[in-house]
Amino acid sequence: MKIDWSQYDPGHAWDELLSGPGRPRPHARELTRYLSSLTPNGLGRRQQAAERAIMEMGITFTVYSEGQNIDRAWPFDIIPRVIAADEWRRIEAGLKQRLSALNMFIDDIYNEQRILAAGRFPREVIETSGNFLKECMGARPAHGVWAHICGSDLVRDADGTVYVLEDNLRVPSGVSYMLENRIVTKQVFPELFANTRILPVDDYPSLLFDTLASLSPRPLDYPEVVVLTPGIYNSAYFEHAYLAQSMGAELVEGGDLVVGDDDCVYMRTIAGLERVDVIYRRVNDTFLDPEVFHADSLLGVPGLMRAWRAGNVAIANAPGAGVADDKLVYAFVPDIIRFYLDEDAILPNVPTRACINSDDRQYVLENLRELVVKPVNESGGYGMLIGPAATADEIGRFADLVKRKPRNYVAQPVLKLSTAPTFVHGRLEPRHLDLRPFSLQGAQHAVTAGGLTRVALVKGSLVVNSSQGGGSKDTWVVETGEA
Amino acid sequence: MLSRVAERMYWGARYLERAENTARLVRVYDAALLDLPEEAGVGWPLLVDICGARELFDARHPKGGDRETLKFLISDADSPGSIVASLGQARENFRTTRDLCPSEAWRSVNEMYLYGRETLPRMGSGRGRHEGLSGIVQRTQQLAGLLSGTMSHGAAYNFICLGRNLERADMTTRIIDIAAATLLDTRTSASGLSNTLWMAVLKSLSGYQMYRQYVRRRIRAEDVIRFLLQDTLFPRAVAHCLAGLETSMLKLPNHEEPLRAVLKVQGIVDSQLPERVEEAALRQLMDDLQIELAGIHEQTAAAWFLPEEAP
Repeated sequence: MKIDWSQYDPGHAWDELLSGPGRPRPHARELTRYLSSLTPNGLGRRQQAAERAIMEMGITFTVYSEGQNIDRAWPFDIIPRVIAADEWRRIEAGLKQRLSALNMFIDDIYNEQRILAAGRFPREVIETSGNFLKECMGARPAHGVWAHICGSDLVRDADGTVYVLEDNLRVPSGVSYMLENRIVTKQVFPELFANTRILPVDDYPSLLFDTLASLSPRPLDYPEVVVLTPGIYNSAYFEHAYLAQSMGAELVEGGDLVVGDDDCVYMRTIAGLERVDVIYRRVNDTFLDPEVFHADSLLGVPGLMRAWRAGNVAIANAPGAGVADDKLVYAFVPDIIRFYLDEDAILPNVPTRACINSDDRQYVLENLRELVVKPVNESGGYGMLIGPAATADEIGRFADLVKRKPRNYVAQPVLKLSTAPTFVHGRLEPRHLDLRPFSLQGAQHAVTAGGLTRVALVKGSLVVNSSQGGGSKDTWVVETGEA
Repeated sequence: MLSRVAERMYWGARYLERAENTARLVRVYDAALLDLPEEAGVGWPLLVDICGARELFDARHPKGGDRETLKFLISDADSPGSIVASLGQARENFRTTRDLCPSEAWRSVNEMYLYGRETLPRMGSGRGRHEGLSGIVQRTQQLAGLLSGTMSHGAAYNFICLGRNLERADMTTRIIDIAAATLLDTRTSASGLSNTLWMAVLKSLSGYQMYRQYVRRRIRAEDVIRFLLQDTLFPRAVAHCLAGLETSMLKLPNHEEPLRAVLKVQGIVDSQLPERVEEAALRQLMDDLQIELAGIHEQTAAAWFLPEEAP
């Protein structure tokens, strides 16, 4: 028995591949036609082959569970998620616009503060932000860019609108899984790549290297670029190593670097100390430099902030860039785009209520059952309230939290995340998903073609985080016009 | 190249070599034991001595036992010298340096670890054991080929060669040492089993055929020892390993001190082997060599791995 799309019911959510049972969307036709030539058993065999490849390639992520770090195989669903290239071009323009404006915002906040003076952004929000670092005031990173690598979370609601849900400007992760997913999919469905025009993603490491190299304080042909990792116990260590390897950069830990009396950064090598020009850091802001932040941090490099402020080393993302990556600042991004670029946002924000405003707070407290309430400073889906799924106790607890610390919470309507066919229990069923494209900004802009699709493997679940039972899919941006 | 990374490359290679050597040892002794009568006094305990793990073994298994010995050498993850533990250490070192190795190499190490973890604990029967251990030897050789054929022969590769050759030289001296110790036991030499034992030694190092081709003599203790110490062409002979160390070191910066240590060992190997081999003297020589090999390690660490002060 072959795969029969008339048996696939996307329900009320927007499905990325089909508009209804047996009705594939135009950009997904090539894929759905091909899949309907396979049997569920045939798909099962390919899923197993993919899982074997993932084990052998050692694609893992680390979860902290029951007091132990466990290296788990990356959960992967073989059915790709497909996006039409026409739609993608609009999303790409929207992402570039957004990152440009956010970088202008960060640069402004740490220097002239024009937006505050103009009364277009509440000063209080900055002053109470945990991500605002006063140590960064007056710094002038190259090109005026602070957030060089941005991982945006996009979601699609039931009416087909694509929203930006989050801008991750600190140490966004996931791009290596995007690259590995493509490699695995090519092994599993080589036939499809011959017949479909799928935009490549494998140029990301070289784009990343170019972006980082463009930040070098020394005008060299081959600046020394390093990737700074907290070490192998970090959940994203696999990715740090992967990116360093594919860029041909050194993967360093805090102990490998040392700042000299000349305020330059050096790494300890077999030939002695060597000067470092650009640090792609995957260590959080406040662990970067024990001289300035946590004195007991072993992850950082004493004196690093000194070297950065002196302009002797570039750090990506720059310390303090997280000031624009706060769910409360998020609520103002459309205004930020208007202020700096005099444009309307191409990609809409999810309508967001900031509990810091008394009107909004009142509304949130009255409608907790219908809303998603998020702490402004958490990531990874932790500490959220999903109103419709919450118990009376949880609702009560969040009402308390919102009243006590309104600055720390925002609320959004529950979006019906879009779905795509996912291979579970030997058949294809719709599962909710999101999308994390990666944008780069240095001397130039670039955006990945597609990104990392994360999928909630549990039926009906909206939680896509890999640390909480989510999986991932390869993401195809396909040209549908005349080839 | 980062000092920390150089050190991990070096140790990754050492652990892989150790896993391979232990697999070879067990495989060959499996075969040799079938040929030696019990009263020869050669048994599995000998291997524990070769691996330098007597104290730990006795503490864990006061009653000894063949089964316990094999488990200790092969599949006991808590026994630091076991094949499984060595593979685990090798994997950890390569995992944390995977940005420098070709990705196939990391995959291969990872695959080997998974293979070892799954296969080695099921080594009850002799036949299963032979296949499982051959699988390890084959995979480590495959990896060596992969690295040689796909990895640039730069600093990282040289540290892999350093680790491999040092571990290999060390293991060869240990094997000679233990063979000599066994022969000191009069029962063995008296029973005329010396040749069988030295043949097993050659085989454990895959040196039997090469010995036949290059030495062209019957198996005789003096010739076997000379071959395993001084032959410059056989890859597991100490002289060849030392030459390999020299070649790798010359391509690295700051190599003066480690190189001096290598030359010192070369001097000992070239000049101090007596014409007529006395077991006790031989044991003393192997002891000296092991101390000097440890000295090479110390100089290697001092020159390339230990931190330097900021300017």
